[in-house]
Amino acid sequence: MMGRTIFIDPGRCIGCQACVSACRECDSHRGKSMIHLDYTDEGSSVASLPTVCMHCEDPVAPCAEVCPADAILVTADGVVQQADTTRCIGCANCVNACPFGVPKIDLQAKLQMKCNLCYDRTAYGLAPMCATVCPTGALFYGTLEELQAERPGVQVADTFVFGESEVRTGVAMVVPAERVQWPVPGGLPVVEINGKDVRR
Amino acid sequence: MTADPRAADGRTVVPLDPSLAPPGTRGFRDAGGIPADRWHADQNGETLVPTHCCFCGVQCGMYLRVDHGGKVFGVEPRNHDINRMRLCPKGINAYQQVNHPDRLTAPLMRRSRDEELREVSWDEALDFTVSEIKRIQQTHGRDAFGVLGGASLFSEKTYLVGKFARVALKTRHVDYNGRLCMVSAAGANKLAFNIDRAGNPFSDILLTDCLLLAGANVGECFPVLTQYVWGARDRGATLIVIDPRETAVARTADIHVALRSGTDSAFFNSVLNVVIEEGLTDEAYLAAHATGWEEVKANVAQYPPARAAEICGVPAEQIVQVARAFARAPKAMAFHARGIEHHTQGVENCLSVINLCTATGHIGKPGAGYGTLTGQGNGQGGREHGQKADLLPGGRSILNEEHRRQICEVWGIEESELPAAGTSMMEMVWQMQRREIRGLIGICNNPFVSLPNYAVVKEGYDTTEFHAQFDFFLSETAANAHVVFPVTIWAEDEGVMANAEARVVKHNKAQEPPAGVRTDTWAMCEIARRLGAGDKFAFGGSRDVFDELRRASAGTVIDYSGITYERLEETGGISWPCPSTDHPGTPRLFEDGTTYHTDGKIHMQVVEWHPPADPYDDEHPMTLTTGRTVAHFLSGNQTRRLGALVEQTPRPWAEVHPSHGFRNGEPVRVVTRRGSEVFPALVTEAIRPDTVFIPYHWPVPTAANALTIDALDPRSKIPEYKVCACRIEHAATIDEVPAPPVAPGHVAYPETQVSRTDPLPPTAPQGRGTSERS
Repeated sequence: MMGRTIFIDPGRCIGCQACVSACRECDSHRGKSMIHLDYTDEGSSVASLPTVCMHCEDPVAPCAEVCPADAILVTADGVVQQADTTRCIGCANCVNACPFGVPKIDLQAKLQMKCNLCYDRTAYGLAPMCATVCPTGALFYGTLEELQAERPGVQVADTFVFGESEVRTGVAMVVPAERVQWPVPGGLPVVEINGKDVRR
Repeated sequence: MTADPRAADGRTVVPLDPSLAPPGTRGFRDAGGIPADRWHADQNGETLVPTHCCFCGVQCGMYLRVDHGGKVFGVEPRNHDINRMRLCPKGINAYQQVNHPDRLTAPLMRRSRDEELREVSWDEALDFTVSEIKRIQQTHGRDAFGVLGGASLFSEKTYLVGKFARVALKTRHVDYNGRLCMVSAAGANKLAFNIDRAGNPFSDILLTDCLLLAGANVGECFPVLTQYVWGARDRGATLIVIDPRETAVARTADIHVALRSGTDSAFFNSVLNVVIEEGLTDEAYLAAHATGWEEVKANVAQYPPARAAEICGVPAEQIVQVARAFARAPKAMAFHARGIEHHTQGVENCLSVINLCTATGHIGKPGAGYGTLTGQGNGQGGREHGQKADLLPGGRSILNEEHRRQICEVWGIEESELPAAGTSMMEMVWQMQRREIRGLIGICNNPFVSLPNYAVVKEGYDTTEFHAQFDFFLSETAANAHVVFPVTIWAEDEGVMANAEARVVKHNKAQEPPAGVRTDTWAMCEIARRLGAGDKFAFGGSRDVFDELRRASAGTVIDYSGITYERLEETGGISWPCPSTDHPGTPRLFEDGTTYHTDGKIHMQVVEWHPPADPYDDEHPMTLTTGRTVAHFLSGNQTRRLGALVEQTPRPWAEVHPSHGFRNGEPVRVVTRRGSEVFPALVTEAIRPDTVFIPYHWPVPTAANALTIDALDPRSKIPEYKVCACRIEHAATIDEVPAPPVAPGHVAYPETQVSRTDPLPPTAPQGRGTSERS
């Protein structure tokens, strides 16, 4: 994970969408929110979970790897930027490649948009807008040491498994301390490929 | 430029020069930076104006971003002691109201309700208003004209509302919409402690070992407080939530008691019963600091867990669990909100919580105490300075000779001229129905959405001969008025509010009001001047009113005399009582064990549970309860116009348990004795099977308050919003949400035009299920 990064703690999320509103206020894409807020167990629980870009480290940004136009650039400090508008062709390869389902395509503009860790704020030493306002600390910005100082005994994970592939991310997730599974299983099991049942 | 020396964790903050560090950085945070005045964020040349949110009783600090043209265009988080940079979606979007196209910019008027409202000059509107006041008062007596204020106004303006009614109009009929919000807690606090405020600051939550939240949906109604709740949980505190719905905070609580709405006092009596049975009471504390303990003890003996479990519809073991967790904790706190206050036994419910805190000795210590969470920004301050029917500034009683004399001295009037006590908001509506009140001025409230039993409210208002309303958007109530005065929004004036901890904070002016808009203060003083009371209302602005308010509150329990604008700007907030300018304020009450009664003791009160006012029968077997959702604020007049919040929660829904056989989004008709409306069903296991929940922020035909009962608590006069008997049925079509009203000539703002053809309700109570819209 990166030095100063976002830590996501779904156990603290109250689904209030302050992060969604705050993301719209960011000057780099004002009026559009890049946060995905999911209600994970609809109908039986109010549990919710915010997803920001995970800024994958290894493999380096699957979205950037598959971009045919080299539009997605990664900064020296590991932040995966939103597609460069002068290069992006709106092909949505990145949308398909991202294991976390983060990038969005603006169909009218034919451009990709995604969270870039509020680079306009973090470059000045400010925290990203979503983590600044999050009323519960479900989105926390800082170093792992700062997080542990604030929440004694907290456990985080930055490695996720999708089928055969393992992804290490720059943004980390808080995982239940008493049931640490490493790496964290991500996504859903693959059931069929090209109409063939591949369940073992 | 002084830093607030009281950092939450006890650190001494080293003052730095905040201009060295932009807001949001650690350097800025360590500076405790509260700029003395406007301060330039030089990276893009805008101005940041430190102020607070206009919405709920947490009063989060924020900066408003002001551009070169002097217009508010955005929000920047502010590291204020209360919220520490945090904001909720309402707070983030609040700035969008300021230059919203729906803003009223000219007075609207019509001479009868058969005409349409048209734009007129201030002079014409004021002249008509004053002539109608004179006509009605000369024909039908002074008390035939009433004033209804609001608790979203600054304290200066709430003070002025009370003075305006009693000195300019000389009517006894003045009340305010905090009557729908805080009065049960106020009544209970007065009876038990003789002081009407929460006992502990929010920061005490971080120190407690057991936190009990009763009828308080913290995650949606006070989201920023959640950081304190989670902070307590991080330290290993036990979290107990009492709520018929599994709210976001209840989801992870150690004990969630999903009791039947309207049974709270039976539950808390039973908890106290178990505490006594298990010998967990703090007898030394009770002997030294409480009266009435023996009577309370004898009374709760009639509430064994088996009986209470039957009344409340919860397992008896849970009552025992709660009692043990709360009483055994070294430090425990109880917070309550509308969930236990909106009842015909609201005062009793709050008293039963206070009895529990007192019996276990959890009062007046760091991390131990009780509090109530105010719904409106100035819910606390709004009831302190004479806006309430029976109170004068400084919480003085209008029935007390000595108190009347003191205020008449400040106001420069004869004691004989000061009217008697008035009636509560709902009672005033009944009086309008009976033509006892024939004229009304409403100041920043929206009873057409917020009062129960809409049919009665509409009839009451329609019966008035004259109705004027102050507002900055055309509310549903204002659309029904004869005169609407366009007044300033919170960012266009300065003033103070008192938050739920009784901490007085200062709001600053961020921009000039649009042409044609005046402050509420100016409008009230101008009407008073035209009525011939100009010498008593020679106020230039909020600062002048505040100086008089300080004088008027001096020497009372609610003492503001040591609070000045300069001190507030310097410290970021001072809790009253604050009797002198070198007094640090009183964040925590009863630290020395004495209350504000003459004997210095807590007066414990016997509480008997009785069933709610609306009886259940075969026709209406279920409970309808109402409440709020995170994206909207009270009557929705402000938030139903902001695109982001409309998108988040476009319409109300009826939350029902899966056992009723409804599918998500299916039309469900909710029927009570007042009427019926059709909502989309939100099917969730997070609600009791015998309960239906509807959020109340929308007008008819999607108004929860068209279904609720206008039964009042006999002591506090708060309506019973939280429980009435209902049934649910299948229906064909969902009732559509009407767009918010706009002034003539204004085009309805497209973002508030909810797509009403296919609005599925949110699939989780907090929002629509996903923010995805691509």
